[in-house]
Amino acid sequence: MTHTSTGAGRTAAGTPAAAPAGPAPVGRGRPGRGRRPRGRADGQGRLAAALLSPTLAVLGVVIAFPIAVAIWDSLHTTSEELDADGLVVEGTRFTGLRNYADLFRGEAGDRFLNALWNTSFFTVTTVVLETLLGLGMALLMHRAFRGRALFRASVLVPWAIPTAISALLWRWIFSADGVANAVLGREVLWTADGAAAKWAVILADTWKTAPFVALLVLAGLQIIPAEVYEAARVDGANAWQRFWSITLPMVKPALLVAVMFRMLDSLRMFDVPQVLIGTRKPAVETLSQLAWDEAMNLRFGPAAACAIALFLYIILAAYVFVRLLGADIIGRGNAR
Amino acid sequence: MKRLTSPLSLIAVVAFCLAPFYWMIVSSLRRTNDILDKSPLPSPWSLENYRAVFDGGNGFVRALGNSLVVAGVTTVLTLIVGVSAAYALARLDFRFKRLVLALIVSTSMFPVSLLIVPLLRLFTDIGWINSYQAMVVPNLSFALPLAVWNLTVFFRQLPFELEQAAMVDGCTAGQAFRKVILPLAAPGVFTTAIITFVIAWNEYMIAVSMVNEQSMKTANVIVAQFTGQHGFDQPFGTQMAAGVVVTVPLVIVVLVFQRRIVAGLTSGGLK
Repeated sequence: MTHTSTGAGRTAAGTPAAAPAGPAPVGRGRPGRGRRPRGRADGQGRLAAALLSPTLAVLGVVIAFPIAVAIWDSLHTTSEELDADGLVVEGTRFTGLRNYADLFRGEAGDRFLNALWNTSFFTVTTVVLETLLGLGMALLMHRAFRGRALFRASVLVPWAIPTAISALLWRWIFSADGVANAVLGREVLWTADGAAAKWAVILADTWKTAPFVALLVLAGLQIIPAEVYEAARVDGANAWQRFWSITLPMVKPALLVAVMFRMLDSLRMFDVPQVLIGTRKPAVETLSQLAWDEAMNLRFGPAAACAIALFLYIILAAYVFVRLLGADIIGRGNAR
Repeated sequence: MKRLTSPLSLIAVVAFCLAPFYWMIVSSLRRTNDILDKSPLPSPWSLENYRAVFDGGNGFVRALGNSLVVAGVTTVLTLIVGVSAAYALARLDFRFKRLVLALIVSTSMFPVSLLIVPLLRLFTDIGWINSYQAMVVPNLSFALPLAVWNLTVFFRQLPFELEQAAMVDGCTAGQAFRKVILPLAAPGVFTTAIITFVIAWNEYMIAVSMVNEQSMKTANVIVAQFTGQHGFDQPFGTQMAAGVVVTVPLVIVVLVFQRRIVAGLTSGGLK
């Protein structure tokens, strides 16, 4: 049995079915790498292909095909030109990497670099805030045994509210005469296009997702055996030492997965800045918004180039994250 | 000390999560004239905003129906397609399994904005703009990987002996799946259905891109685009009321099934 994962790979707390603990039943722990003689693997292979083909076909249509078209789009430019008779014709020409080069120069270049900066800034700030807040909330909740059901219920409320609706709600809270200014006793123009708008977006996003991080971390905390803490206490470890040497290392796998999900989500941020602040606001415009705005204005080449740049950025971020921190996302999924 | 911190911190966390939602409800129950009040309870309270949401020509009821159709069809299609794939990934032995799972999971990294550009043009060419399928099909791109992932985790947790016993008794793998696994996996499938529905119901970017006809917009889009009767004033009271209407059924469903949803969400993240 190739249980590469540690305790965190076992079932989440609250999952009704039994965790895959204990000795593996026969035929269970196949690593799928072919060391075991494959008696009935052939028949199963054919069945697996049949069962998987609808999913792969759908993903081919909604993922692979758009990627291919977007790459093609990004290498072409559509423009209106005058032909020999002086009539306007719309022509699509192959322009190589020009759309990509244009991302970095001129006025459009400034807009792209600004969106790139905003996206990175939002990702770093929201992920750090959500992780710290989520971890803190999870630790508090882990100790509060009586109120955990209430906590779980209230945590799911921000998750269940559609992001667009929650962005409207924050737009109302942050409006000039809104409750945020009343509580602070200030007159901040949160939803205008300024530095305050950045913080409005960050707060709205943190509210929506920090509880969710807490939920993931809490599930990770609940599978740490109590004996480990008792042993540490017997050995004279104080609360801080127990947190640093037991809790943090043991909750790390769950935490890394949560951070990874949040990071990939933040890089694609669209709904919150779009509804809370608006389109074409340099203070908050993200790469997703920029690509969307270009597409809505039928500038498909630049839109595709921008979206592909974002895609590459996400892949790079995921790769660096997995390499640096060793988050075992896929392997975890494969550990049976 | 410990006894004191726990309830207090619990209250702080619950307040953090619920206060904005509470403010949405309170604001929705104020009269238009007192919309700027800051009192914690609306006085006098009124259903004026709700009346404005439901009558008038803003098409909110129709939009709710559209959201229901789009999210519902997305959920059903996702489950039909996803269950078989998850079964193969969880229970069968075949080559490239790791690769296929990695491929399916990695599609959840995919930015929807990249999808919008080509699909917008494709749907324009084939006349799908302002149709339900123009929203449902792109929704599958994020709903399906998530559902396959969740279902795979659920299927893995079922004891393998049952299936083997069925096969020893002469069932084929397909029969074992239909007669033994699927009934047992019903709770997991149900949980995945709820999660998929919530996420599809919350979708905004695709809906706002693929549809520009008022009667085909989903609730999220139409609420965000509500215009006031007095020019540039954003009708926050009406929007909050509409937000409550869009959210409350979902919140109730989520609270009723909270245990399962949390199990589904966290096992997807942890396994």
